[in-house]
Amino acid sequence: MSQEFEFEKPIIELEKRLSDLRSLSEEGNIDLSREISAIAEKIEAMKSDIFHSLEPWQVAQVARHLDRPSTLDYVKLLCGDSFVELKGDRLFADDPAMICGFGRFGSIATAIIGHQKGHDTEENIYRNFGMPHPEGYRKSRRVMHLAEKFRKPIIVFIDTPGAFPGIGAEERGQSEAIARSIMEMSRMRVPILCFIIGEGGSGGALAVGIGDRVYMLEHAIYSVISAEGCAAILWKDGAKARDAAAALKFRSTDLLEAGIIDAILPEPLGGAHRNAEFVANAIGDIIQKELPSLMALPADLLLKKRYEKFRAMGKFKLEQDSEHA
Amino acid sequence: MSWFSRLTGSKKPDIPSDLWKKCPNCGEVLINKDLPRNLFLCSKCDHHLRMPIWDRIALLTDDNSFVEFDSDMESQDPLNFIDSAAYPDRIKKAVESTDSFEAVTVGEARLEGREIMLGVMNFDFMGGSMGSVVGEKLTRLMERAIERRMPTVIVSASGGARMQEGIYSLMQMAKTSQAVALLNEAGLPYVSLLTDPTTGGVSASFAMLGDVHIAEPEALIGFAGPRVIEQTIRQKLPEGFQRSDFLLSHGHIDMVIHRRQLKPTLSKLFSLLL
Ligand SMILES: [Zn+2]
Repeated sequence: MSQEFEFEKPIIELEKRLSDLRSLSEEGNIDLSREISAIAEKIEAMKSDIFHSLEPWQVAQVARHLDRPSTLDYVKLLCGDSFVELKGDRLFADDPAMICGFGRFGSIATAIIGHQKGHDTEENIYRNFGMPHPEGYRKSRRVMHLAEKFRKPIIVFIDTPGAFPGIGAEERGQSEAIARSIMEMSRMRVPILCFIIGEGGSGGALAVGIGDRVYMLEHAIYSVISAEGCAAILWKDGAKARDAAAALKFRSTDLLEAGIIDAILPEPLGGAHRNAEFVANAIGDIIQKELPSLMALPADLLLKKRYEKFRAMGKFKLEQDSEHA
Repeated sequence: MSWFSRLTGSKKPDIPSDLWKKCPNCGEVLINKDLPRNLFLCSKCDHHLRMPIWDRIALLTDDNSFVEFDSDMESQDPLNFIDSAAYPDRIKKAVESTDSFEAVTVGEARLEGREIMLGVMNFDFMGGSMGSVVGEKLTRLMERAIERRMPTVIVSASGGARMQEGIYSLMQMAKTSQAVALLNEAGLPYVSLLTDPTTGGVSASFAMLGDVHIAEPEALIGFAGPRVIEQTIRQKLPEGFQRSDFLLSHGHIDMVIHRRQLKPTLSKLFSLLL
């Protein structure tokens, strides 16, 4: 593992002891199978304990893990060689932080949109840490319109800390790019399935998040602001990120309860990066199961339902509820 | 129809204030009681100070024509959010210290005789942040515009999303943006009037989706706040960055209009579009 969490340290220590015992057993030709299986069992129990009681702050760390599968990892596992990447917004540039293209999930050809993070520093710099510029959102909007033209459903993978805040992004209209993406996505006349696979960071995530169904991996997060950003603004202390993480209620379980997402996809013990195939299979199953029925819906009905889905999100009260029919 | 039946509930401005303030641009001493008469413009340099919502409504509409909708809509505290203060207490404080019950006031009015739907955001109310109430009020406003076949004007002034409502506040961007799509399909004009400041989730949703974008002079308009950008890229931002003229020259707004010219400009536009 290239990145270790504080809360994983006991697991990693035991794993090291396990591998030491194994090599000792092999080299010395000693039977340590009882000790080895005892430790292996202990590791599994410890993993289960730790990963079933993660604090929100720790979940955010898992969601940002450097090894956590990002869009292309799932596309490779699910679409194999069928994926064709399409680049460029036809206006300014290509944006490597946003992946677009077409591919085949089993028998169904779809458009594919997704934020792309890197797994090491070099790749992260190239991908701008998964933070798109306006051209990223304009590229994905272009490809969504292609999907509409060719009547293909759209699969979206969401994994971004947020849209990039920079001079070029402002010059080229980051706000407008996000706003228009949201607006036009809400009217795409083909089914859209969104999967929040890692970080669902604010407007930069929502920009491609207007799906007929929105799914979330167990340890993914989806939030109006990062815990660090929220702590800096409301607590006036970036070190209070842990408190902010708890207050923001950005975990999959919180969002399912709030009616923002449709279902949670369980992750292997220890997080998606420990078994990407397991998660990919779960995503593939959902696509196979949900798309046919959505594709059978008349487009007008699909749009009406999508509108109503997001229309209903929000909590407010009216003083005179009786007056409000 | 219940929407139009509530005329009551509007609060009269009642802000205990000092006698004067300094113009943030030129430092001129401005007498508070003279500000409304002068449309909150600096008498020396013409700087556009932030304008209280009831003065803004009076500026843009015909006398006594504004009828407020949904004035009884209140925030909930769905996350039980507490930072240095509890969210309900912050709301209470905002209600007491401003002339608003929420960060947006919406209603119908006449503008040089023409019926319009009007929403006005209040930056003084928790930074004009968009929570469920702001999103719902604006969405209803646009849905009513479609029902009544009327143009929509939204005056934005906001730091972005209402963090205390967590994911619900983010979803207001979706809710309001998709309502603009319906305005478009109905062939109805929507003018977004951007005032100082308009950033974050408000600029990244309905505020940047107008058929026509009008900004007041020198307004700060952008996605990320200047401080966040400076911290991210670790360099000083150029003079005038994210101000109205910057947006005009980069093609994001149609015009920068002096406050005194807003009403006639809107009227002229609607007479051409409708
Ligand atoms: Zn002045």
